[in-house]
Amino acid sequence: MTETVSITTTINGESRTAEVEPRTLLVHLLRDTFGMTGTHIGCETGQCGACTVQMNGGAVKSCMVLAAQADGHQIATIEGVAPKGTLHPMQQAFWEEHGLQCGYCTPGVIMSSLALLVENPDPSEAEIRHALEGNICRCTGYHNIVIAVREAAVRMARGDEATSIR
Amino acid sequence: MHPYPFTYHRPTSIDDALTMLGEFGDSGKLLAGGHSLLPVMKLRLAQPEHLIDISGLAGLSGVRLDGDVVGIGALTTHHQLATDAILETSAGLLPEIARVVGDQQVRNRGTFGGALAHADPAADYPAGVLALNAEIVARGPNGERTIPIDDFFVDFLTSALEPDEILTSIRIPALAANTGYRYEKLQNPASGYAIVGVAAVVTLTADGKISAARVGVTGAGDMAYRPQAVENALVGSTPNEDSVKAAAESAVDGIELLSDIHAPADYRARVTKNLVRRAVLKAVERAGV
Repeated sequence: MTETVSITTTINGESRTAEVEPRTLLVHLLRDTFGMTGTHIGCETGQCGACTVQMNGGAVKSCMVLAAQADGHQIATIEGVAPKGTLHPMQQAFWEEHGLQCGYCTPGVIMSSLALLVENPDPSEAEIRHALEGNICRCTGYHNIVIAVREAAVRMARGDEATSIR
Repeated sequence: MHPYPFTYHRPTSIDDALTMLGEFGDSGKLLAGGHSLLPVMKLRLAQPEHLIDISGLAGLSGVRLDGDVVGIGALTTHHQLATDAILETSAGLLPEIARVVGDQQVRNRGTFGGALAHADPAADYPAGVLALNAEIVARGPNGERTIPIDDFFVDFLTSALEPDEILTSIRIPALAANTGYRYEKLQNPASGYAIVGVAAVVTLTADGKISAARVGVTGAGDMAYRPQAVENALVGSTPNEDSVKAAAESAVDGIELLSDIHAPADYRARVTKNLVRRAVLKAVERAGV
C-alpha cells in the first residue's frame, strides 16, 4: 500500500499537480507539499475550523478532505484572498475592529466569513454566528469577529478594494 | 493526524464500485463526503485497506420531484438539502433539519446518504426520515431493492444495508395538504450532535382532528425509533396542549435509554417527552387548519 495518487487541483486560480500518498489530507497537501502555511492546523479532528479553506466556493475543513478528493476541484486559501502586500476588505475589517487576538483561528474564520458573504452579502448578527459555528476562537469571545464580518459586508457591498498594508 | 495507510480507488460507475465492494469484502469501505468515515479512520478506530471514493459518481446527487415522491440522491450534501426549493415546498422538514446539522463546513461536504448509512444514534436525519416515512434505495450485486425506513435502522451504528450494497437514493412521499412538521433538538453545545432530537409530521382533517401522525426520535436510545404509542394516541384526537402533553408521556415506553457523560437516562427521558410535545404542537400549528 505504498502507491501514490496523482492530483491536479487549482489553488487560488493556479493549476498545481502533486503525487501523494492516498492518506494525505488536503491540509497537508497545502502546507507540506506546496508550502502554503497560511492554512493552520488546530484539532485535526474536524472540530475547530482553523484549517478552513474553500472548495468550489464552499467552506470546508481541509483536515476532513483527502488530498485525493481535491483532484479536479478549485481550492481557495487565505494566501489567495488579496494580492501580496495588501489586505482584502475582510482582513482590513478584522484588523480595524480587533477581530483577532492571537490570530491562530483567523485564516479559517476569514475563509468561512468570505463564503458566507458570497451566499448572503448582508447577514444579520445571528446569521454570522450560525455561519461561524464551525470555527472555534479561544481569544475573542467572537464579539469583535461578528462586528468585523458586519463591517466587511458593508465595505464589500460598497465595492472597497484591497488596501496596501504600508 | 493520519489514518493508517490504504489504497485509494475511484470507480467510474456504480457497477464499477459494486464490483470493487464485492472484490474487497470486509477490507473495503465506501467514501463519499468522508465526514463520518475520515474522523474514525484518523482516530484509528477503523482501518479499511481499500477506500472506494464514490464522491465523483454522476447521477447520485440532487433532488427530483417525480409525481408525489421526492427522490434525493445519496451524494446530495447537507447544504444542498438545506437550500433546495423542491424540498422546501414538498418535504420542508428535511431542510429544517439540514440547517442544524454540524456547521457550515460540515454541511458543504457531508452527504445525506452517507449520514444515513452511518446510522449514528445521535445524528439528526434519522428522526426526520422516520417521520417522513422515507424509503431507502440500495443497489447490490443482484440489482436494486427498496428498504422501508421502519426496517432501516437496526442497531447502534448499524443499518439494514448489506456490506456489498450501495445506498443510491432516498425517496420521500411529498407532504399531503394540511400537514405540518417540526424538528426540535437539544444540542450538545460542543459537538452539535443531538442529545435528543424529535421530528414530527402531523396531518389534520378539515375539522381539526389529527388524521395521521409520525414521530421520529434520535439520540435517546441505541438507534432512532418511532414512539408508536404517541402516534396512536394522537391520531383521531383534536389536539390541544393537554392532549399532546398526555400523548408525549409514552415517548420512551419500551426504549432502553442511553446514559452517558452528556445526559443520564432519566434526563433523556424527560427531554424526549418535552421535545415530542413541542414538536407535535408546532407541527399542528403549521398544519394550518
